[in-house]
Amino acid sequence: MPLLSLNLRAAILSVSLLIVGLLIWEAAIPAQKAVGELTEYELLTGGGQPKAGVPPPSQVMAKAWEQLSDPFYDAGPNDKGIGIQIGYSIYRVLVGYALAAAIAIPLGFLIGMSPLAYKALNPFIQVLRPISPLAWMPLALFVIQDSEASAIFVIFICSIWPMLINTAFGVAGVREDWVNVARTHELNPLRTAFSVILPAAAPTILTGMRISIGIAWLVIVAAEMLVGGTGIGYYVWNEWNNLDLTSVIFSILMIGLVGMVLDAALGFVQRAVSYVE
Amino acid sequence: MKPFLSVENLTQRYPDGTGGQTTVFENATFGVEKGEFVVILGHSGCGKSTIMNILAGLSDPTSGAVIMDGTEVKGPSLDRGVVFQNYSLLPWLSTLKNVTFGVAARHPEWTKAQVIEHSTKYLAMVGLEGDVIHRKPSQLSGGMRQRVSIARAFANHPKLLLLDEPFGALDALTRGTIQDELLKIWSGTEQTVFMITHDIDEAILLADRILLMTNGPYARVAESVEITIPRPRNRTEIIEHPNYYAIRNHLVQFLGKRSKEMAGQKVPAGSGSPTPVRIDKTDTADDPEIAPPALRAVNE
Repeated sequence: MPLLSLNLRAAILSVSLLIVGLLIWEAAIPAQKAVGELTEYELLTGGGQPKAGVPPPSQVMAKAWEQLSDPFYDAGPNDKGIGIQIGYSIYRVLVGYALAAAIAIPLGFLIGMSPLAYKALNPFIQVLRPISPLAWMPLALFVIQDSEASAIFVIFICSIWPMLINTAFGVAGVREDWVNVARTHELNPLRTAFSVILPAAAPTILTGMRISIGIAWLVIVAAEMLVGGTGIGYYVWNEWNNLDLTSVIFSILMIGLVGMVLDAALGFVQRAVSYVE
Repeated sequence: MKPFLSVENLTQRYPDGTGGQTTVFENATFGVEKGEFVVILGHSGCGKSTIMNILAGLSDPTSGAVIMDGTEVKGPSLDRGVVFQNYSLLPWLSTLKNVTFGVAARHPEWTKAQVIEHSTKYLAMVGLEGDVIHRKPSQLSGGMRQRVSIARAFANHPKLLLLDEPFGALDALTRGTIQDELLKIWSGTEQTVFMITHDIDEAILLADRILLMTNGPYARVAESVEITIPRPRNRTEIIEHPNYYAIRNHLVQFLGKRSKEMAGQKVPAGSGSPTPVRIDKTDTADDPEIAPPALRAVNE
């Protein structure tokens, strides 16, 4: 009997695990008493109110269907579709991330090329890097005076470090032979940077960018819980305040899915620029 | 008149880590004529690679000068092409693009089609044609990679081509094939070549003249041995030539014994030129003193 391919066997195992997990979850939730079975007394004393409990997967799926079939509805400040909320979050992440990349990559080049710049800037990087991005939030809110821009700033400050450090590391590690090839071909510094150093360091730079987008997506949820208004983080917190755990679980899953897509997109770019020596 | 390439009183010293200085070589003086193929032979540590890097303009000597075609060598230039031992191909570019990279740098005024045509021609000269030229260097064997590197260097028609142990990392059979290819591509040009090697037979096969270096520290270029074997040469035929073993023995004797004996002898500036050596048995072919060359023992 020919053995099924590894991928197919893995897929079968994944699906089985998912089904088993969902069944256990479904079975573990105690059934709510149906309202009709209550006595009049119980109804009067509020016993008919469903107790807040973790919803079973069937409810989450129903919620997902409901939300995803109309993701972009807008019924006022506290009632927007999941698509709009995620859109706000992605927008903030991408703006903060792009600003960080625009600064981190050129600065990383400088640090990687110049031992002086490395030694001079390294203490600052080492002190600033371990600061939780949310610790910047009060200062950002005070200085910028705008919650939207503050959230973007927090994304910027958390995604700049991995990109900066990886770019510097990648640029400093470019093999001297390749730089010598550029030198013996009389390439000017700008062409050397773009046609030799950048492609040589690109895989390392992309590793940093991939770490950064992951961190940025982690941080945006927390940041939006703080600044409020819009975004997936705000949505989670708002549904928690509504005690709508079904929506909370649904949005947790959506956060995971979007994070996976962001990572996969950068993984794709990373594979495109990687090379074998 | 000065030769095409004139190396004058070249000296290289490094700090030795204890506050003093180590002199790798001192007052190295030699010349290379236009169109000449010169090979430099010497033990590791005598500074061959340092001389090569200075000629390429990748590093500066402590003192002394290199003058090529009437101008002093300062920094790297497209006029001096280099083939490095480790090929130094850019791994993210295809074989063809590695060559067009160099050609486009040499001829910025050429159209893309011209650059590609020129590069393809030189890749074909080292036997790389068809699909192979679109592969990445990582998909090529060591020998093929070095062919690409040689094609890249020749395609640029540098005034001086520097080969830094180009076959050092290859197995003996591949080395032989590529040596033949190098001879073929070189004989079609008037290319001046300066090459480093450890391999005596390779040096005799390729060179017009072999420069012999003594051991360091205070290494110097002691002798300049003319290879009196007519071209075109072929690896199977040159060993039959009466001069082959005479020259080979001279080289082996030098590297085995005299390079050590002469080590550390300081020479004053201006007198570092190598002693010219010319061994030619064909003039005295009927001399009974010469034993059949193949029977001569070679001890290193």
